[in-house]
Amino acid sequence: MNLLADVVAPSPLVLDGLVVGAILFALGLVGILARRNLIVMFLCAELMLQGISVSLVSWSRHHGDWGGHVLVIFVLTVAACEAAVALVFVLQAFARTGRLDSAAWQSLRESNLSRTIDHELPAIDTVPLKFPRLSPAGIEPAADEDAALEREHV
Amino acid sequence: MNDLTPSTLLVLVPLLPLVGAILTVALGRVLGPRAHLPAIAGIAAAFVVAVMLLTGMAREVGVGTTGHDHAAKPVEMVTTLWEWAAVGDAAATGDTGSAARSFSIPVALRLDPLTATLLVIITGVGLLVAIYSIGYMHDDPGYPRFFALVSAFVFSMSMLVMASNFLLVYVFWEAVGACSYLLIGFWFTKPEAAKAAKKAFLVNRIGDFGLAVATFLLWMTYGTLNFHDTTLADGTLVPGILGATRLADASAYVGGAVGTAICLLFLLAACGKSAQLPLHVWLPDAMEGPTPASSLIHAATMVTAGIYLVARTAPLFEACPGALTLVSIVGATTALVAALIGTVQNDLKRVLAYSTISQLGYMFASLGTGTLLGFTAAIFHLVTHAFFKALLFMGAGSVMHSMGGVIDMRRFGGLRRIMPITATTFLIGSLALAGVAPFAGFFSKDEILASLHSRGWPDAHGEHHEAAPAGGHAATAAPFHLAFHVASVTPDAAQLAGGTRGSALDGLNTPATWRLLFWMSLVTAALTAFYTFRAVFMTFTGPTRVPEEAGHHAHESPPSMTIPLVILAALAAVSGWWLFSTHSLASFLASTPSFTAPSVASTATPPAFHWDLAIQGTLAAAIGIVVAALGHLGRRSDGPQMERFLGPLETLFANRFFFDQIYSALIVKPLELIATLAALVDRHVIDGLVDGIARIPAGLGAVVRHLQSGLVQRYALAGVIGTLLIVLALVARAMG
Repeated sequence: MNLLADVVAPSPLVLDGLVVGAILFALGLVGILARRNLIVMFLCAELMLQGISVSLVSWSRHHGDWGGHVLVIFVLTVAACEAAVALVFVLQAFARTGRLDSAAWQSLRESNLSRTIDHELPAIDTVPLKFPRLSPAGIEPAADEDAALEREHV
Repeated sequence: MNDLTPSTLLVLVPLLPLVGAILTVALGRVLGPRAHLPAIAGIAAAFVVAVMLLTGMAREVGVGTTGHDHAAKPVEMVTTLWEWAAVGDAAATGDTGSAARSFSIPVALRLDPLTATLLVIITGVGLLVAIYSIGYMHDDPGYPRFFALVSAFVFSMSMLVMASNFLLVYVFWEAVGACSYLLIGFWFTKPEAAKAAKKAFLVNRIGDFGLAVATFLLWMTYGTLNFHDTTLADGTLVPGILGATRLADASAYVGGAVGTAICLLFLLAACGKSAQLPLHVWLPDAMEGPTPASSLIHAATMVTAGIYLVARTAPLFEACPGALTLVSIVGATTALVAALIGTVQNDLKRVLAYSTISQLGYMFASLGTGTLLGFTAAIFHLVTHAFFKALLFMGAGSVMHSMGGVIDMRRFGGLRRIMPITATTFLIGSLALAGVAPFAGFFSKDEILASLHSRGWPDAHGEHHEAAPAGGHAATAAPFHLAFHVASVTPDAAQLAGGTRGSALDGLNTPATWRLLFWMSLVTAALTAFYTFRAVFMTFTGPTRVPEEAGHHAHESPPSMTIPLVILAALAAVSGWWLFSTHSLASFLASTPSFTAPSVASTATPPAFHWDLAIQGTLAAAIGIVVAALGHLGRRSDGPQMERFLGPLETLFANRFFFDQIYSALIVKPLELIATLAALVDRHVIDGLVDGIARIPAGLGAVVRHLQSGLVQRYALAGVIGTLLIVLALVARAMG
């Protein structure tokens, strides 16, 4: 902070904005690295984007240039479109695997690498739904070993 | 027919079989069992045209009108179709001796008595062989391919004898070799046939190499490759190697080391193509091909290309008497060795193959005498040999056809009762081959013996052989002078002027040599009669036996096969007497430009029938036939054989003088060793290098591959770390 204060000597308001922006960005970064739920990862990415937008607005105010504000409005607009696109991706990924876990896609790794095994699966904290059971018929499909390591709910 | 000029006819001879070959290839599947039609139509039309050309040429030469006029005028007709290649400014460099000589290869066809004679033989025998093949090759899966190849061969061979340029000769020399290769390997799924084809091709390459180098030397020496004189655009005359200008000048041919080198290289080429020692090993193996192909290519026509080459270049050889003598020595030795091997062969086709080698040796012995008689006798023998040897091969094919593919004479016998036409025609062919009067071989062999005799006993013939033919004044050269030790092949003036230096080979040119060659030829004549009639008796006399492969339908061959046999038998019976008694062939051939060179023409002798030689030759043949009859007439062919009297010699003959074993040990095995080493180097050193280089990116990839874990979070983390590094670097730079 000293470094920043020495160079630009911002007003307290600007400094607050930058701090908020940085916190948002860090939260998003941690979220995207730590979570495996595709929707949450997408939300975290949005969070990082908005953190940057807050910083941009703050600097714009510091320089007295309204261009930054205008730009942020544009970013919001584009982010809305981008959210629609990203949700389509998530939906499609879900349609493929039936899961929202990004680890469901780890079979795309190099063929000779071993699977990354998540050892301690936390117990699922929801009551399993009860469905009417049909008597099994036909050939049982081969079990996907990768799928055993993925969670129904992330 | 009036618009058919001679030059049009000349083009038609090779063109028609070529069209036939192309049509057979194109329509082969459509025509199916009638695939022979285009090929036979093409060859038949070519034969008609060739006969027209021959009669026209005979009229021009004036056979029968001038009597025995020895001052034969050169008669030739050259048609230049187009310029194949033209390098350099032809107009500016008329001087053939200048360094910057222009180089042009006209596609020129020629017609002269020698070419006309050979064209009729090629297309005539080709036609009969093609007709014969209808019966012989029927039901073969490669039926269209066979006729396409035969037609292509007739095209190539006619072009070979019509070419008026050494480079064209080389091209078609290779083309007939390729046709021969393809026909020997016709049944290429059979390993022996594929191997035999490869062997024929490789052995021929040695001879082809000789022809190529000889062509280079000719270009360096004479500045042109044309046979005929050509006139440049500015009117300068370039004398061709065998053109009228050079022929008229007795000293126009280079002797000495360069001339001898050219001639010896020609001899090497001829040895390869005509299966002479030491390059004869391919011809017996070539019998793996279909019998009609053996008959056409490996008996009647292609193997005589060497004879044609030496006869065509007669004036060049005349300038190098040593080389000529060597031609005779090679020929007579081959004739004797092949005849000896032929006496113990049990495979009917191989007997005929060795007989072919032996008879070609005869022709070379005759060519080497360097007299007009010798040259015409060689061509005479070529013609009669084409008839009776094609006949014998087709007869053998007829036997093979009937015996279900069996050709080992010990497994059948007494076939005259089953196949009377084949037996009769085969007997006529054998009589002609053995040299029994009045069949064809008798007269041609008599002339060959006469030509050899005239060199061995020059006084007895009382003419111009007191010295060797023109150019032979160099016979006194030091015998151990190394002929090839010339610093440069560029001719100097002295060499161009006729070669005052002789070569080491000239020391061979003594009457004693020629006497030895004569006696060798006479012994060969007896051996020829022996092995021929041994084959006849083993195959056609004795108790009738048929191998089980023939089944129950051993029968005479169909008419398409017997009719050519009968035609050839008639020719084998009468052609010798007719051509000899009218002296028509010899006087016709004497007008060939090559034979009108003073060095050849001056050796002309009046036509004569040599009673003494005829008696000796007939005696030799009689001895051979009688011995064969004692051993084999009327006996079982699988019974005890004559060769048990030979003792250790039998091993030598049966193993073909160990030529194949020697070549295998000296050439094939070392080459295979080198090839194995090269393969090892290739596989381990060169491939190892390439593979080693390829392993570098693979190794790098193995290291970074672990980053591709398939986990999105790790990719994101890598992105974050990368961004942090960039930011740190920027900050560090900003801080200085």
